[in-house]
Amino acid sequence: MKSFTYERATSPADAAAAAARTEGAKFIAGGTNLLDLMKLEIETPTHLIDVNGLGLDKIEATDDGGVRIGALVRNTDLASDPRVRKDYGLLSRALLAGASGQLRNKATTAGNLLQRTRCPYFYDTNQPCNKRQPGSGCSAIGGFSRQHAVVGVSDACIAAHPSDMAIAMRVLDAVVETVKPDQSTRGIAMADFHRLPGDTPHIETALEPGEIITAVTLPPPIGGKHVYRKVRDRASYAFALVSVAAVIQPDGTGRVGLGGVAHKPWRVESAEADLPRGARAVTAKLLDGAKPTDENAFKVTLAERTLAGILEEAKG
Amino acid sequence: MMATAAASVVAANSSATTHAQTTSPVQDHASTPVSFTVNGTPRELLVDNRTTLLDALRENLHLTGTKKGCDHGQCGACTVMVDGRRINSCLTLAVMHEGDEIITIEGLGTPEHLHPMQAAFVKHDGFQCGYCTPGQICSSIAVIEEIKAGIPSHVTADITQNAEVTDLEIRERMSGNICRCGAYPNIVAAINEIAGRQA
Repeated sequence: MKSFTYERATSPADAAAAAARTEGAKFIAGGTNLLDLMKLEIETPTHLIDVNGLGLDKIEATDDGGVRIGALVRNTDLASDPRVRKDYGLLSRALLAGASGQLRNKATTAGNLLQRTRCPYFYDTNQPCNKRQPGSGCSAIGGFSRQHAVVGVSDACIAAHPSDMAIAMRVLDAVVETVKPDQSTRGIAMADFHRLPGDTPHIETALEPGEIITAVTLPPPIGGKHVYRKVRDRASYAFALVSVAAVIQPDGTGRVGLGGVAHKPWRVESAEADLPRGARAVTAKLLDGAKPTDENAFKVTLAERTLAGILEEAKG
Repeated sequence: MMATAAASVVAANSSATTHAQTTSPVQDHASTPVSFTVNGTPRELLVDNRTTLLDALRENLHLTGTKKGCDHGQCGACTVMVDGRRINSCLTLAVMHEGDEIITIEGLGTPEHLHPMQAAFVKHDGFQCGYCTPGQICSSIAVIEEIKAGIPSHVTADITQNAEVTDLEIRERMSGNICRCGAYPNIVAAINEIAGRQA
């Protein structure tokens, strides 16, 4: 691990200002992904700003009937919150499908959104990777690509976003609240928060330098049956090959998002009108233009079949 | 709890402090003082910022019961309790634990007075080589507490209700602890016994 300086921030505004002031600074909260990458010297911050003391650890009701989830709420606490379990079951289910008990106790809501991809070539510093070293090439294209993205990919990167929680947040129309170094605040819709790789796969989110997440808000509950189904190589503690997050209403309408298939939580709102027609019609639109590799073409079929299973379950 | 811990480190264990400082760097821009309690004993350290909680426990405080397996949060051998919750001590920095209360395997029981979970692991042969065992035991104790606290899991059928202790729940909740010897059935039996349930 490269040497770095360390400070404990006392307010979100101070943290953002400190990050803007110090070249190479990064925030650290749970640290479960950042420290992993620092040990491999894939992340090499010169300065760490510890944000654990900022107190952003509450889940509160909002005036419009939704909830506001503090950036530092741990994954375990969010998944266990009685209101989230009752009204946003999709979010609890997605969180509980990810990582391990130990990691969920430490990982935060904001950190989950900011975790880096687990593409093995991103992790292998002996291999070219446009995300780790812009312009060096993509080893996954033409390499081992079974885990990789099938839609929204580019010639520069085919990595898949690993988060389960983020898929649920996308389907539930979450908004990411931030503070910038100039002290201004904004809300970023989940649809716009993560980016497709394009020719800049090293830039993964809409956050500006120094901008810090303070909370994630959810609109009022939408009812319906909440299902998160994750298909993976092990029964527990593994990344998704494909995951499907769905909210299905009694009349068969609803929302659906996919994990494990793209560089960001994947949702195509226009495809959802076809939910009453069944999984094939929805998946055809969701994965329209998909460019899978020989090794991961199975994900297209797997996504359709997983959604079909969910629609069957929702009837029961 | 934080305030109590912070107050208690004022009366820090001086021998631990002296010892730790002999193996720590002088304070400069790359090191930071930190105080926390380990197994009830206040500790003050000056550590290189890069020091993980795991390395602080093992290398600075010579509490080698907590094991380093993968050092990347994948195996669970380094599991300890911090403020009552199990975490991977390899994926957190020592300097991030100012005022925290840390419990390691050494704080659970002694060879003469085993923690009930330790005794259950012995009775049910819940290990072979034993390397993952401190982490397994810390996690096992936490799993029972988490189920009692109403924390749901991936296999909980109805997440609006509290989960029951079942083999399926135990296996899912223990998935962050890997045992290369494959002692899993016996680990599940040990946890079942302490949870007051027949396997």
